Amino acid sequence: MSSCFHCSLPVPAGSAWQVTIDAVVQPMCCPGCAAVAHSIVDNGFSDYYRTREGYAATAAQDGLIPPELKLYDTEAVAGADGNGNSAEAIFLIEDIRCAACVWLIERRLARLPGVQAVAMNAATERLQVSWNRALCKPSDILVALREIGYAAYPYDPVRHGAQLDRARKTLFRQLFIAGLSMMQVMMVVLPVYMARDGTMDAEIASLMQWASLLLTLPAVLYSAQPFFRGAWVNLKTFQLGMDVPVALGIGAAFVGSVVATWRGSGDVYFDSITMFIFLLLCSRYLELAARRKAASALNNLQSALPASAWAMPGYPDDRALVLIAAGQLREGDVILVRPGEAIAADGMLLEGDSAVDLSLLTGESQPLRKSAGATLPGGAVNATQPIVVRITQAARDSTLSILVKLIERAGQGKPQLAQWADHVAAWFVGILLLFALAVFGYWQWADAARAWPIAIAVLVVSCPCALSLATPTALAAATDRLVRRGILIVQPHVLETLHRATHVIFDKTGTLTAGKPVLRHVELLGAASLDWCLQLAAAMEKSSAHPLAAAIVSAAQHHPGPLLHVPDVRQVAGRGLEGTLGGGTYRLGSAAFVGDLAGTNDDVATPDATAVYLGNDAGWLARFDLADGVRSDACDVIAYFQSSGKTVILLSGDQQTVTQQVATELGIGTALGDTLPEQKLAYVQALQRDGAIVAMVGDGINDAAVLSGADVSFAMGGGTALAQLHADCVLLSGHLSALCEVDMTAAQTLAVIRQNLGWATLYNLVAIPAAALGWLTPWMTGIGMSVSSAVVVLNALRLRRARPFSRKNF
Amino acid sequence: MEALFLLVPLSIGVVFAAIWFFFGASDNGQFDDLVGPGWRVLQDDDRPPAKPKDTDEAA
Repeated sequence: MSSCFHCSLPVPAGSAWQVTIDAVVQPMCCPGCAAVAHSIVDNGFSDYYRTREGYAATAAQDGLIPPELKLYDTEAVAGADGNGNSAEAIFLIEDIRCAACVWLIERRLARLPGVQAVAMNAATERLQVSWNRALCKPSDILVALREIGYAAYPYDPVRHGAQLDRARKTLFRQLFIAGLSMMQVMMVVLPVYMARDGTMDAEIASLMQWASLLLTLPAVLYSAQPFFRGAWVNLKTFQLGMDVPVALGIGAAFVGSVVATWRGSGDVYFDSITMFIFLLLCSRYLELAARRKAASALNNLQSALPASAWAMPGYPDDRALVLIAAGQLREGDVILVRPGEAIAADGMLLEGDSAVDLSLLTGESQPLRKSAGATLPGGAVNATQPIVVRITQAARDSTLSILVKLIERAGQGKPQLAQWADHVAAWFVGILLLFALAVFGYWQWADAARAWPIAIAVLVVSCPCALSLATPTALAAATDRLVRRGILIVQPHVLETLHRATHVIFDKTGTLTAGKPVLRHVELLGAASLDWCLQLAAAMEKSSAHPLAAAIVSAAQHHPGPLLHVPDVRQVAGRGLEGTLGGGTYRLGSAAFVGDLAGTNDDVATPDATAVYLGNDAGWLARFDLADGVRSDACDVIAYFQSSGKTVILLSGDQQTVTQQVATELGIGTALGDTLPEQKLAYVQALQRDGAIVAMVGDGINDAAVLSGADVSFAMGGGTALAQLHADCVLLSGHLSALCEVDMTAAQTLAVIRQNLGWATLYNLVAIPAAALGWLTPWMTGIGMSVSSAVVVLNALRLRRARPFSRKNF
Repeated sequence: MEALFLLVPLSIGVVFAAIWFFFGASDNGQFDDLVGPGWRVLQDDDRPPAKPKDTDEAA
């Protein structure tokens, strides 16, 4: 089978897609790649194919669809500013692979009428464009990029990362100055070390000392600022961090050396000071780079999330929906909010009766009941029913502010382990300072000339960095690795708790199964026609986010029939939907739920499918058989957790027979079907009372309660927004194997942290007594401390190298 | 050895000049993108269209 010339994916048999590039007909895997290749060739950029070093990302894009790109014209593009006719913005470009990409993007945009300047930063994947407002719109730029196969998103530099970027830039400069200073001081002091006694006269020695003093100044005054500032902040807040002994050590050594130089007698340590500052800054730089990487991965993720709303401009006469940007909403606009969606701006409930989840805004974990007339804050999540909301305040950034909060929360929270490390580090530093004072006092009495260098050595040699520096680095590296694999950790305790978990509970629909059931069969139980039943069911399910709903809606699109409108559909969590049409009440859902309305029925469902019944107060109408396939990686994931000694349980709201069948197929011992949300929660709480630590993996609205009840919870990506917000961790990739990734990362992270703590304990037990006894000179302690920091930081950075999960790993 | 009394201060002067240049370059964004400029020089706009036989190796 040949492979696509554009993206290297295999070309499906019988594909007719091909493009003539440089007079050779090349095969293409899909219309997307063919369109992109055509666009590249037609624009005269076929040189791209000659110079690229890697294949392009596949052009079968499922990101933004063209109508959504237009939203960016009216919404002030994030970061767009400028005066008069010219505007400037920064866009985030994904999948920059090689030199040819940079060339292609810059040339293509330079051709666009109205574009004034284009600069692509390949290292940060940011594209800076300035354009003439009159001639060009942001959507033209995005469309042009799309035509050549790149997904671009407006990027707001002031929102995130800018601060980290600035910090990195400053640290880079400080590191550079420290390195320069260190090398120059080394050069000047080398003759002093090499000269034999009596060969160097006092004037030259004094010249060298003054020269190294001057060369040390930039390092101490500029490069060592982070240590002095950190120490000052620590002292102001009465905390003891690792910066305190470092700053004291640098300060004492520098002052001592300056005094010795001034007097012309005594030892100077300028070489040790500069080396210490340089090496320690290297560790800091690595740590900051790891954190910046994690932050930028989160940034990229954020840009992929939509910020739009479904407006009803003709309300109440016309209920047609129009997709508009959330930032474009004005006071008085009317929008439809489906269950699981966030409310885009502050508003008032007009129609519908629903529970609203405010947990992200207020911390209140229970959804609150709201009916018509209630006010709803922007950012709240609609939980159960579709509602119509009138916007009362144009909060153009309320949707974004949720995302910002979520992402900041993900980055800020400190796991217990890190809190413990900070606590221990504070004690360690306090004891160390007292110890250094005691050592100074002892040597003052025993050998006064050595007291000063030995006290400095004790201060410098101690290394609480395994606690203060390496633990956050390890966690940042682990977060970065997981985010790159599409796993967003919202709560900081996920890694620790999953590692300790004894029970892993899976939901079935959308979690173990692909979550995309299809309609297999419709059994008519009444007099109504098949098409009519299907259209009615689809009309009722239209506003539901449940996977079964999507199957019925998509099946109805392939059947002819009158389009029906069921205005007030009410959702009964875990059971089904109820609506009225033409004065009659209709129910769609489980047999028991419909049976309450339609009376008893002796219909027997097919065992291997989920049955959804439709009925009204006059009797039963139809049974829809929906079947759902097990995910391809589910079996491996179950086996992985079972082999690591965790108990795997299947809990589902689905029928017991279907649940049991899936459990048998996957080798799960315990399977409970027919469970309502309250029963699931009760089951988890019963396990917890017996001492179990429960990890819950779920998807969908029915899981929200049980997800927040479990010790650690995971939501599959593509689930509803509500489930994502409730879970401690979101598997955005939609692959179940990501869960094993989290577990393996958790095990490795905790192992690395333990190794670092072990190393730090060993090092300090050996080095501090040695320094106190006067066996170490300040330059040795400088190297010892810096190397020790580098060891723990580099050990933590190992976590960034991800091994993909496969059967071989366990 | 008297030359040292001139050369050592001179070298210190050179170091501070280097620091001044470094700050200037850093402010001008010299170190912002260390990847892209290296790639850019590889691309020529004036290359003639490739003959069909060249594309075989490109593929």
